[in-house]
Amino acid sequence: MSVNINGLSVDLPSDARVSLLDLLRDHLDLPGTKVGCNQGACGACTVLADGERILSCLALAVQYEGRSVTTIEGLTVEGSLHRLQHAFIEHDGFQCGYCTPGQICSAIGMLREVQRGVPSLVTEDLSSRSIALTRDELRERMSGNLCRCGAYNGIVEAITEFAETSK
Amino acid sequence: MNNFTYVRATDVAEAVRQGGQAHAKFLGGGTNLVDLMRETLERPSVLVDVTGLSSAITDREDGGMLIGAAAKNTAVAEHRGVRTRYPLLARAILAGASGQIRNMATVGGNLLQRTRCTYFYDDDGSRCNKRGPGQGCDAIDGFNRIHAILGASSSCVATHPSDMCVALAMLDAVVHVTGSQGERTIAFADLHLLPGNHPEVETSLSPGELITAVELPALSFAQRSTYRKVRDRASYAFALVSVAAAMEVDDGVVKGVRVALGGVAAKPWRALRLEAALTGRPANEESFRAAAEAELADAQPLRHNAFKIEVAKRTIVAVLAELAGDRL
Repeated sequence: MSVNINGLSVDLPSDARVSLLDLLRDHLDLPGTKVGCNQGACGACTVLADGERILSCLALAVQYEGRSVTTIEGLTVEGSLHRLQHAFIEHDGFQCGYCTPGQICSAIGMLREVQRGVPSLVTEDLSSRSIALTRDELRERMSGNLCRCGAYNGIVEAITEFAETSK
Repeated sequence: MNNFTYVRATDVAEAVRQGGQAHAKFLGGGTNLVDLMRETLERPSVLVDVTGLSSAITDREDGGMLIGAAAKNTAVAEHRGVRTRYPLLARAILAGASGQIRNMATVGGNLLQRTRCTYFYDDDGSRCNKRGPGQGCDAIDGFNRIHAILGASSSCVATHPSDMCVALAMLDAVVHVTGSQGERTIAFADLHLLPGNHPEVETSLSPGELITAVELPALSFAQRSTYRKVRDRASYAFALVSVAAAMEVDDGVVKGVRVALGGVAAKPWRALRLEAALTGRPANEESFRAAAEAELADAQPLRHNAFKIEVAKRTIVAVLAELAGDRL
C-alpha cells in the first residue's frame, strides 16, 4: 500500500482516517500544503493527483493508493522556483502567502483543464473545442481558492502571464 | 472521526456484499462524506470505496446516454456528447462546487449528498430531526434564509444542495441500482423523498443498495436547455434558487417545456404544474409569469426566506425568455 509523493514512493498509513493533507504535513514533513478550513471551502490544501487538482483535506490518503501526488514542494526544479512561483512574486500575487501553495497548484491543474477544453460556467459556447482564457474564465475557474488578503488582482495577473508565456 | 475499515470494491457484486454489512457506507470522491465523518455526523464502521467501478459514459441505442456512477463530475461536464446533447447537465455541474471538488466528486455521490442546513451540521448546539429523529427542528424558528419554500414539513425545512440533480430531475433521468435482491431502476423523481414525518429517510434506496449508473433518456428538445443559478456570490456557493429548463417553441406556441427548481425543497423540484400551465400557450413573458405563479402558488415561506418565492418566479421567466430567444 503506497502512494507516490513528489516522485518518491511512500507507505500509506495503517489508519484509514488519515487525510491526504495530514499525511503530507504530519507524517511526511511537507508543510507547504496548507490547512485552511479543513472542510473543502477554501482551497488552501489543493494538490495535484495524477496532474488533476484536488482538495487534500477531503481526501482520505488510502483512496490515493498507487497514484502520484504533486505538492508545492514538488514543483521546484533542482531547488529553483517554478515559473509560476516567480510570476506570483513579480505580480504581488500574495500578501501573507498562506493560500499561495494552493493557488499555485490549483492554477497549474486549471491550465491543464483549459488545454484539454474543459468548459466552465462562463464558457458561452459549450460545443467549442478551444477555450480562450479571458479574465472572467480565469476568475471563475479559480473560484475554489480563496485569498483573505484579497490579492486577487495579482493572482490573476500572475496566472495570466504564466499561461501566455507557456503557450 | 470514528475508526472504520476501508475496503476498495473491484466489482459491483463485491461492493454490494461489502456494503451489506452493518453500518457500511459507500465512498465516492469523499467530498461530502469525509467532511460529514470529520463532523461525526456520519459514523460508518466500513467504508466501501466504489470509485473503481464503472465511470463509462456511453451512448444508448434509444438515443439516450448512460453514465457510470463513478464518473467524476468534471468528466461528465467535459464529455462532448453531454455538452452538445444535454447542455443543461454540463451547465448545472459547472455551476456547482469548485474545479477541485468537481475533479473528485462522483455522479453517484452527488446524488446522495446531504443537506447543507446549518442546524443539521451544528451537532453540539441545535436540534435536528435528520440527525436525531424526534429531537425537533431549530431551523423552523431559526435563521432560515437558505431553507425550503416547497414540500417542507413541520419536521424539516432543509433543502437538497445539488445542482446536477436539478438537471437530472428535469431530464427524467433513471437511476440504476444494485442491491442484495438484484438490479432495479428508479425514476429520478422517486429517488429523493420529501421530509414528511421522517426527514432522516432521504431516498427510496434500500439499505445497502448501490447506485451503479444514471441513464439520460432521449429528449428531442434537450439541446435547447439551460441552467441558471442564483446565489450569494458569483461562484462557489450553494444555490438560493436555481432553474433547469428546456423548451420547444413552434410558431410562437410552447410545444413542450420542462422545468425543475433547485434550492427550494428537500428534493430537486420538478415544476409539473408550470409545465401543464405553459404547454400550448403563447411563448411570451406573460405566459411564463402565469405558469411560474401557478407553480409557486403553494409556496410556504419561513421568516427569512420569502424572497425565494419572487426570485424563483423571476428566474423562471428569465430562463424561459432566454430559451425562447428570437422566437418571442
